[in-house]
Amino acid sequence: MADGGAPRVSCTLNGRPAVLQGHPMARLLDAIRQTGLTGTKEGCGEGECGACGVLLDGVLVNSCLTPLAHAQDAAITTIEGIAEGEMLHELQEAFLECGGAQCGICTPGMILAAHELLSRTLEPTDEDVRVALAGNLCRCTGYMRIFESVLEAARRR
Amino acid sequence: MIPRLDDYQLVVPASLRDALDDLARHPSARPFAGGTDLMVTLEAGHLPPGRYISLQNCRELLGIQQVNGSLVIGALTTYTEIRNSARLAREYPLLGRAARETGGWATQNRGTIGGNIANASPAADTPPVLLVYDAELELVSASGSRRVPYLQFHRGYKKMDLAPGELIARIHLPGRAERTGAHSYYRKVGTRRAQAISKVCFAGTICVESDAVQDVRIAVGSVAPMPVRAVRTEDALRGQPLDANTAAAAERTLLDEIAPIDDIRSTARYRARVAGNLLREFLLR
Repeated sequence: MADGGAPRVSCTLNGRPAVLQGHPMARLLDAIRQTGLTGTKEGCGEGECGACGVLLDGVLVNSCLTPLAHAQDAAITTIEGIAEGEMLHELQEAFLECGGAQCGICTPGMILAAHELLSRTLEPTDEDVRVALAGNLCRCTGYMRIFESVLEAARRR
Repeated sequence: MIPRLDDYQLVVPASLRDALDDLARHPSARPFAGGTDLMVTLEAGHLPPGRYISLQNCRELLGIQQVNGSLVIGALTTYTEIRNSARLAREYPLLGRAARETGGWATQNRGTIGGNIANASPAADTPPVLLVYDAELELVSASGSRRVPYLQFHRGYKKMDLAPGELIARIHLPGRAERTGAHSYYRKVGTRRAQAISKVCFAGTICVESDAVQDVRIAVGSVAPMPVRAVRTEDALRGQPLDANTAAAAERTLLDEIAPIDDIRSTARYRARVAGNLLREFLLR
């Protein structure tokens, strides 16, 4: 193993093999955005706001706190990988219909956190949704429509 | 803004053995687990430059298992694994409660219990619980391993009984039969319920029989340079009837036993008041 400098990380990004380049301690967030996938947002840059949420091997992480080295051989899913072609994910549909997105900065992270909730819980309650999204900040909506969107998506499954 | 990364190295050894060998060759290197604390420090520009050794591939440090009557938690066990463990919920319920209140899900999925201990923040959420449960730490290095009672591990603000070349490998929780009438309590007080760093964090277990306190354990976070086991407060309670007089005496002892300060998150006065309130809620619920 080369000391320190190994600049290339092989992984899959939204189902396709990808090579991400950068310092092993660089933020996964920046490496993802540098590929042109800018749906993953930077909010606080310190793990408080959840805007940079992605799924790493199916599990929600803050990509601003994930060093690039930890993406080696991992399957990364960003907001761009949630829809199936032109078919939006049920969470995306519900956010559209219920007004769950306003300025949109928090939305990718909200949807990925909600994705994790729906993968863990079959019939989430309002409290479950609040707990699941506790790590995601929104400064526009007041949250009620976001919670409603997630509950609506859960009902439609 | 991220600082110059050229000043840092992050290597990812393939196994625990390789990680320990690397640590032995580079005694000033620091272990890197989930990154939920170190990456924040990095981005704030406060992470000391140098070599960091990722424990990502140290599978030996994963998982929760029963070994000779103790429950052994690998240092790389995440908060999510801790909060989902039915066994922990049954036998050591305060640990899952602390894990649930540590950050949001994204943090819980990556943050590890070993990292929480080694980060040595006085405001950390699991240490008071580990103190209450009389945890022991298993430390490993290339040349062997040793056990340290957790009570003796923290030696002052960010100072630990951890030698260069050593890692926290496992947390041992001694067997514990839940006694009839036993009650356990955990409460973290922060700016908001979710995703906050604590202003005061309180863990306790108590068992009252024949109208007297038989067994009591209390530990508090964010009220001193390191997590505090409130041994004198426990002494003030043991053998006493559980009433308002006992609680008042215990509260005076607790306030004498802790040393809260003013900082960015709270004030010494607020922390002392809340610590006392939590003690009374724990005792008189």
